[in-house]
Amino acid sequence: MKRILFLCLFVVFSCNDESIELKIYDYDALEPLISKEDDKVHIVNFWATWCAPCVKELPYFEVINEKYKDNDVEVLLVSLDFPKDYDKKLKPFIKNKNIKSEVVALDDTNMNRWVAMVDKDWTGAIPATIIYKGDKRKFYERSFTQEELETELKQFLSP
Amino acid sequence: MKTLKLLAVMVLAFTFSAFTINTDGNGYKVGDIATDFSLENIDGKMVSLSDYKDAKGFIVVFTCNTCPFAVAYEDRVEALNKKYADKGYPVIAIMPNNTDVKPGDNMEAMKARAKAKGFTFPYLMDKGQKIYPQYGATKTPHIYILEKTKKGNEVKYIGAIDDNYKDASQVTEKYVENAVDALLEGKEVKVKETRAIGCSIKV
Repeated sequence: MKRILFLCLFVVFSCNDESIELKIYDYDALEPLISKEDDKVHIVNFWATWCAPCVKELPYFEVINEKYKDNDVEVLLVSLDFPKDYDKKLKPFIKNKNIKSEVVALDDTNMNRWVAMVDKDWTGAIPATIIYKGDKRKFYERSFTQEELETELKQFLSP
Repeated sequence: MKTLKLLAVMVLAFTFSAFTINTDGNGYKVGDIATDFSLENIDGKMVSLSDYKDAKGFIVVFTCNTCPFAVAYEDRVEALNKKYADKGYPVIAIMPNNTDVKPGDNMEAMKARAKAKGFTFPYLMDKGQKIYPQYGATKTPHIYILEKTKKGNEVKYIGAIDDNYKDASQVTEKYVENAVDALLEGKEVKVKETRAIGCSIKV
């Protein structure tokens, strides 16, 4: 926890010129954010600015975030950009693309530990997405079209 | 007429390959026998595992120019080849991406990268993308360590190079080195599979 605070402070102070505040987590700190036990449907997308298929599908997540925000759907975009690129690439990207969904950064080098913890079937390729509500959880190591994403989401929405 | 025939064969081969690409995770598991291949190297020559008569095995690395994780590891891949090629485990790098999608990974770019970095290992193009699906590679970098056995080239390890992509000096576990060292000593590979983030292979 101390580490997160420190990282947050570091980020706030180190980039006064950027209006974007980026929360940076290690996996243990991120874990509660990707396994919330509330009544909402959560869509968690693992991406990076350097990942072309990720960038291509980001607008689809943005559409979902906007369209379903009154239906208790929350989108979380977990960036796997390298820390050296946070200020240089990630923050400008969030700003320029006007990303409205919540973006956090995951900085945890022990990938062999946490990739399997995110999902036992994840080989580690991105983009990857989790959709969950309570105990119901699906993992996708693939890209989506707008339609495909919406179809998957609808399985989680109450009729 | 000859060119027409050749063209027909090429079209057929292309069509065939389009339907044989299998990315649903049915690749090799540790213990499986890996296929050999004949792929074009950056020097224009074709390279097969069977060319390496004296090898005890191989460090097969699916990698590319354009993925930041692959780039972060390229010096370490070169170091692996320097350390293990003479001991019988050469690095064989294979570029699996569709170069129409990723022009930065085309043969010219591969040549330029290899020259700039001074790669001493073969850097092969998985033309037609037929090999990586058989291995079950999903991302770059993705490593398969093979041991030459009577049955063929047996998969002994699948996964990442080590446990710190950011900083080679902060690595605490060198998965690939540990595995190859174990094989060289005739011992069991302890950590047989690891996972890491990588760039999805572009189809």
